[in-house]
Amino acid sequence: MSLKVVIPTPLRKHTAGAEIVEVDAGTVKEVIDRLESKHPGIRNSICDDTGGLRRFINVYVDGEDVRFLDNLNTPAKDGSEIAIVPAISGGK
Amino acid sequence: MSFVKGLQCRECGRQYPATLQAGCEDCFAPLEVHYDYAGIAHAVTREIIGSRPGNLWRYRELLPLEADPVVGLATGWTPLVRADRLAKKLGLAHLYLKNDNVSFPTLSFKDRVTSMAVNKAIEFKLEAVGCASTGNLANSVAAQAAAAGIPAYILIPESLERSKVTATQIYGARVIAVRGNYDDVNRLCAQIAERHPWGFVNVNLRPFYAEGSKTMAFEIAEQLGWKAPTSIVVPMAGGALISKIHKGLGELESIGLLKEPVTTKLYGAQAAGCNPIVDAVRRKSIDIRPVKPNTIAKSLAIGNPADGYYASGFIQKTGGWADDATDPEISDGIQLLAETEGIFTETAGGVSIAVTKKLIESGHIDREGVTVIAITGNGLKTPDAVPFESPEVIDAKIDSFEQVLKGVAHVA
Repeated sequence: MSLKVVIPTPLRKHTAGAEIVEVDAGTVKEVIDRLESKHPGIRNSICDDTGGLRRFINVYVDGEDVRFLDNLNTPAKDGSEIAIVPAISGGK
Repeated sequence: MSFVKGLQCRECGRQYPATLQAGCEDCFAPLEVHYDYAGIAHAVTREIIGSRPGNLWRYRELLPLEADPVVGLATGWTPLVRADRLAKKLGLAHLYLKNDNVSFPTLSFKDRVTSMAVNKAIEFKLEAVGCASTGNLANSVAAQAAAAGIPAYILIPESLERSKVTATQIYGARVIAVRGNYDDVNRLCAQIAERHPWGFVNVNLRPFYAEGSKTMAFEIAEQLGWKAPTSIVVPMAGGALISKIHKGLGELESIGLLKEPVTTKLYGAQAAGCNPIVDAVRRKSIDIRPVKPNTIAKSLAIGNPADGYYASGFIQKTGGWADDATDPEISDGIQLLAETEGIFTETAGGVSIAVTKKLIESGHIDREGVTVIAITGNGLKTPDAVPFESPEVIDAKIDSFEQVLKGVAHVA
């Protein structure tokens, strides 16, 4: 299944500057696995030592935060957009 | 010329020059402005600060601005109001309200952070500023940008109170409503910031912007005679304000401006319909579980608080606590403050009052100490939060008036 992954600026050093990377994967975990095989080193920027998402990285599947879904096991449909977005502050 | 040494990652400690940057390139954690505190301690005294005009720039050595400020010259130095009538109702010996209800120019504490951000945008020669906002930040960015003559792009959740939308559009800002909640808007904002060379106050200007919040702590301490209070109750959305109050008090202590060591306990207040930081404190954890907000306190409706991790940590480290308030409790809190002290606050202030009451009843707040409650915004911004029935209508006759007075206790 072909998915579109949106890479944030700080991670584009791993993707030769590419903003969009297409991968074939069925879950968020597989997305990260495929990204890592295409662009070795990128996993370490997304996941912490335990393999979970880093505290300051949010991952969205079609606009929904995967922490509201099934985290790394969240399924992705053909044509889904996976956005990796560093957390940002706001409000009080 | 400032005393800024640079930016430093709060997690891995990596250092960066003081430039436009959202987060650490290695771990994406927030960046913190670091200063030459020895230099500041040498340069300022209580007397020097005390002799300066009543605005937040009286603490300029502790703020990250290189040149003189251009906008926000009347921002800050809001009243610290002694609140004896409310104190009596709550059962407190010494209560003060830090009243950012009357903040210049847009009646919320956000004027402090936008003063920093917009001046910094001018310093960086940015062509436009922008933000994601739950309302107060939108008002404030739009106003300060107008005063600076810089275009502003403001992204808001579509459900925002109409009054707050108008109070943003009036300044000529380009307002874009986004389907979804604040967290959706914030994500979009982060993505826009990557494509357009603008200063997003809560993205790439964030390390500087957030420093403005420290001035609330500086003012509280100075207005108490250069002493930190026993307890401070602070409303929390993203968790940045309470974190910066912690930093601000620590800085005053470290540069020797306080007469006593800081033992202040920090107390966080959220709405029950959006309480991820309170939830973490209750679990005695710093692990934030995001929520989908559902509360009348829209200015606090951030379900995925970026500084929540730090806020819950500081609350616990200082020996404080956190609690939440339901929508009816928030309305009651707004009314209690208005009726006892003559201060009409918005929903976030209602949250602070309601939660203070709970924290006193649960024994967390020391009744004999000096308590300060942060009142962060004006009630005229969210008048619908306190639904009143229309007043009774009478004929313009003295008898009709006398009829109304019957049964009113204080009339003889």
